[in-house]
Amino acid sequence: MTEKPIPVPNPDSVEFWKACNEEKFLIQTCNSCGKNQFYPRAICKHCHGSDLDWQPASGRGKVKTFTVVNHAPSPAFKEDLPYVLALIDLEEGVRAMMNVIGCDVVDVHIGMDIELTFEARGDQKIPQAKAI
Amino acid sequence: MKKAIITGAYDTDVGELHGSSCMGLHAEAALGAITDAGLNKADIDGVLCAYSFTEPHLMLSSVFCEYMNIQPKFNAAIEVGGATACVMVMQAAALVESGMCRNVLVVTGDNRLTGMPKGGAVATLAKVGHAQYEHPYGMSVPAAYALVANHYMNEYGTTSEQLASISVSAREHAIRNTKAHRRTPITIEDVLNSRMIASPLHVLDCCLISDGGAAIIVSAGETGADAAKKPIEILGTGQGHTHEHIMAAPSLSDFGCKHAAHTAFGRAGITAKDVDVAEIYDSFTITLLMELESIGFFERGEAGPACLSGALKLDGQLPCNTHGGLMSYGHSGAAGGMFHVVEAVRQLRHEAEGRQVKDSEIAFVHGDGGILSAHCSLVFGRT
Repeated sequence: MTEKPIPVPNPDSVEFWKACNEEKFLIQTCNSCGKNQFYPRAICKHCHGSDLDWQPASGRGKVKTFTVVNHAPSPAFKEDLPYVLALIDLEEGVRAMMNVIGCDVVDVHIGMDIELTFEARGDQKIPQAKAI
Repeated sequence: MKKAIITGAYDTDVGELHGSSCMGLHAEAALGAITDAGLNKADIDGVLCAYSFTEPHLMLSSVFCEYMNIQPKFNAAIEVGGATACVMVMQAAALVESGMCRNVLVVTGDNRLTGMPKGGAVATLAKVGHAQYEHPYGMSVPAAYALVANHYMNEYGTTSEQLASISVSAREHAIRNTKAHRRTPITIEDVLNSRMIASPLHVLDCCLISDGGAAIIVSAGETGADAAKKPIEILGTGQGHTHEHIMAAPSLSDFGCKHAAHTAFGRAGITAKDVDVAEIYDSFTITLLMELESIGFFERGEAGPACLSGALKLDGQLPCNTHGGLMSYGHSGAAGGMFHVVEAVRQLRHEAEGRQVKDSEIAFVHGDGGILSAHCSLVFGRT
């Protein structure tokens, strides 16, 4: 049985993953144009400025879309079947992929409110979406 | 400007080809296309290759040229996922239109069914996801397309029956094509009752995994008079790119296919209404439905009902994926997209035995790579 993937931070993302281990989801904010972005980059994707700050997300968001996965991409995910893969829109206006956990898969719906939680994956915690 | 023409086209057998190899399929497809064009190996002065799962290499086109013992003036490999075949044809057209080359061999092939352990192709494909922000959540390619499907159905009322009808039309075409990988008749109920992969996509909403290869020869327009078969003109080409990872797509309803097709139609001087036969990337039923609406063949929300009432059949409003497409003809990586190109050539030559669209003059071909990420459209004309 292979292990589930554990994110390997790079210089763009090391702050983000460090904060996840403190159960904080950091969003980059550009000091030049004021816009937010996820995932973390060395530059602002909107204005290409490089003066970026980190802001913690409120932790509130909604399910933009989702699917109930019945066929795993690798053996590591077989024991979780069926699981929910979703795109989550955080209230700060950024989108991320997560699993929706904490409810029956049949109860997940588009527009559903979620709150961020964190799941331990080896020595790294990863953000997840928990049904409210 | 000198127009580019397609002078040769060939595809190998497709399906479960025990004993096949990636380079062997490349060689068979290449030699078939060269012969079809009435050319010799020495006439090929440009080579474009794609990528392989079973023999991945940093320099696949150099590996291929060495394998074939050919020394072209121009040689490169292109990787844009499922858009690769169309992007290769677009690049080959640019090479001959600029005068850089006279005959460009565009060749693809892979034995991803018999050449990999079970599940190997699915696991390799899932790598289009982001290593840090998507892989940890168990994203497969079908699951990523299912995210789009669920959004699209919620937004525009598309139904599972409508999606299933796309798979059924493709199978009906494959039944008429003796080369197709899957030829057992299926019904809408069969699709809906097939194993769920990632809701709302059932296994029969998904493309196949096949072994196979395909190649074409793109030649300079002035060579047409000497061509062995009726040359097919490349009238227009275009691309559209919005993202790579589905989490970063700016829209879940509109993708690069809109821009790609608009550019290709504009360069060809036609509109969607002028297309007689369409060969459009159909990795999943939702892929084709979304593309049909985004490209403008149907208004938003109208492709589903149209498909259900037979619009994609040989005698329908838009005969589409007449060989059987990726869901029934076969899908061998970059060759999957090249099967669409080869079929368009056959349709315009009026040699698509058992499945010919009557009097077809203009064909549209489209490729989609990633999760609706990279798009390339081609318009071909019968000369």
